[in-house]
Amino acid sequence: MDLGLTKSELEFRDELRAWLKANLPKKSSQAVKTAESAAAYHQYLKDWQRKLYEGGYAGVAWPKEYGGRGATFIEQAIFQEELALADAPERMGTIGQGLVGPTIITVGTDEQKKRYLRGILSGDEVWCQGFSEPNAGSDLASLETKGIRDGDDFVVNGQKIWTSYAHIADLCLLVVRTDTNAPKHKGLTCLLVDMKSPGITVRPLKMMSGDSGFNEMFFSNVRVPANRVLGQVNDGWNVAITALSNERANLGSGLYVVFKRNLEAVLDHARKLRRHGKPVVEDPVLRQKLAQCYVDLEVFRLNTTRALSNLTKTGIPGPEGSIQKLYWSELNQRNAEIAMEVLGSHALLSNFDSGRWVYNYLRSRGNTIEAGTSEVQRNIIAQRVLGLPRSY
Amino acid sequence: MEFDLSKPQRLLQKSARELFARACPAKRVRELMATDTALHPELWSAVAEQGWLGIHLAESCSGLGLGTVELAVVAEEMGRACFPGPFLGTVWAATLIAEANARSKHLEALATGESKATVALVEPEASWDPADVQLRGTKVGNGFKVSGRKSFVLDAGVADLIVCVARADDGLALLAIGAKAPGVTITATPGLDQTRKLYDVNFEGVTIGAEDVLAVGDAARAALERSMQVITLAVCADMLGGMQWIIEDAVEYAKTRQQFGKAIGSFQAVQHMCADMLLWTESSRSATYFAAWALTAEPASAARVVSTAKVYVSDASREVANRGVQVHGGIGFTWEHDLQLFYKRSKASEILFGDAAYHRAQLADLVFSG
Repeated sequence: MDLGLTKSELEFRDELRAWLKANLPKKSSQAVKTAESAAAYHQYLKDWQRKLYEGGYAGVAWPKEYGGRGATFIEQAIFQEELALADAPERMGTIGQGLVGPTIITVGTDEQKKRYLRGILSGDEVWCQGFSEPNAGSDLASLETKGIRDGDDFVVNGQKIWTSYAHIADLCLLVVRTDTNAPKHKGLTCLLVDMKSPGITVRPLKMMSGDSGFNEMFFSNVRVPANRVLGQVNDGWNVAITALSNERANLGSGLYVVFKRNLEAVLDHARKLRRHGKPVVEDPVLRQKLAQCYVDLEVFRLNTTRALSNLTKTGIPGPEGSIQKLYWSELNQRNAEIAMEVLGSHALLSNFDSGRWVYNYLRSRGNTIEAGTSEVQRNIIAQRVLGLPRSY
Repeated sequence: MEFDLSKPQRLLQKSARELFARACPAKRVRELMATDTALHPELWSAVAEQGWLGIHLAESCSGLGLGTVELAVVAEEMGRACFPGPFLGTVWAATLIAEANARSKHLEALATGESKATVALVEPEASWDPADVQLRGTKVGNGFKVSGRKSFVLDAGVADLIVCVARADDGLALLAIGAKAPGVTITATPGLDQTRKLYDVNFEGVTIGAEDVLAVGDAARAALERSMQVITLAVCADMLGGMQWIIEDAVEYAKTRQQFGKAIGSFQAVQHMCADMLLWTESSRSATYFAAWALTAEPASAARVVSTAKVYVSDASREVANRGVQVHGGIGFTWEHDLQLFYKRSKASEILFGDAAYHRAQLADLVFSG
């Protein structure tokens, strides 16, 4: 057991720090996001991704042969931490880099790797993930969007929903039903779909926070060439599970620094705001709650580090990722609630502190739903980690 | 970076697990619980022979010269076996003496298991905070004289030596007192957890010679704090081992117990309890082993990381034990089922050396200043 960074990990970190110092955009992403148009912000993020790509930092843990840096998962975690510490712009194309790319690397054909991986890293091509449907949320395998073979193509008809980034995406990892007679898990196929294909309509959905980060997608006789099947035909369930494991392994890391910043900012308010004739931070009940926020966050950091250390040995993200997802999503909700409690009446205003706390409170509600609800994560932990019998 | 046990640490874990499986089955735990002291001389010797009573102490202090990670490994296995007897008292006292005076004549006998010891810190007001110590130590020449009562003293009934924490004119004083010295009265107090016995210790005009004054003032306080960090870590690891036993037991039961024609583990209400138990257990593992590593590798952060672990593990351990009983239903609530041993030990460990609320308050003072 040795939790210190190794010499090469330290070198990686120092080199990255120097690179960030020289290459971070002059304008902060918050400034661009609030002051400029959506298109300008999109371009700003795209430029940043390009810079990372040119600096060799786009696919830190990807193998070198696919344009990555071939770094360890620990180094990838250092990378995410350093970016967050430097207040670097958010990453666009997280779906491509965290989820689609690793899946293409695992099961894609050589031609697919050649065609797609570079664009993911350079930020030239943004991906979305067409999984959920109106009648297939947690029960993803019951999805109904059809892909029917017709000559060299699959013809896709159906509807997807809750698709993040679909409104800006160039490509989509789409799961469709290709065999309606097979058991539900066995008749699915993953397709790599060009979002400019005729017959695709995207309609943004507004979240309770006022954001519109996710969308509905409609497919009407969309033709997808058969060489865009990812993995085997009718083996799409396994491909989707690979993708989702990658998603769970990736989504949580990098969040620690964001959460930590939030806690520090809440503490600042707790020192300034007053209740019962004392600063809020001295209120015995809230002080206990804030200390619990600190503990939960610290344990999140340690869990993440331990998971990465294991991942470095096994190489494949497994169902344990569900523990991480469950942990951070519920933590973020609890901490967002305590932040509102600290703010007291200021929590009534949606523009207090640039609106970050009200936004955070509302947005965090989605955390225990997106990328698999907490209930689904608990099912996965019970069935796939603890080996309890299937319940459905 | 490697957040996992090393090969030698795994071997240590294996041999501890095997020793306790062989020498400390639940049947023996129950026999020892029913005794006055919970001490089994052969079992105690077996642990002493391995060097585990001084596993983390420097070789110059008669220890094995390993670190706090190794201490945690052994303590975790003890928790998993509900190991009864005076481990906590003796290891706490040995750690405290080694911190106060690495050349103390007592260390060799403690590390080899030849003698046993404890620390008398808490008073009837029930605070684990050394700042609340009121028992007076009055200076007599270069020695001290003490009168007063200590409560919740671990293992005093079998201790040869008691380190009494007294309030002197210049801060705290650590005084080594023979358990049979004139004026010392030890009274057993019935415990919630019968695997680790608690006592009241009364001091009536007990005199302590200069050679038995271990430390006074800042040195006493620093040694006491450090020793409490080490033993609190051991208690966290003990809870972790207990949680591991409980979750394995509950999951096994959920796989075999049939109701409505199915294993109860196929019901999501039961599955979700088991999933939460795993999350709490694994998170407790992260917190405990990080603290174990940091206590040796980054002593400056010791107070913070140990309090973090004690907060998290205390709450998690209680929740895991509660769910363990609930998954079992009626049988989990019986005297007959071994769950009760772990259930009570878990609750006691939650309280020993300060519960979650106490350590949250400590942490708030440490990290919210400024």
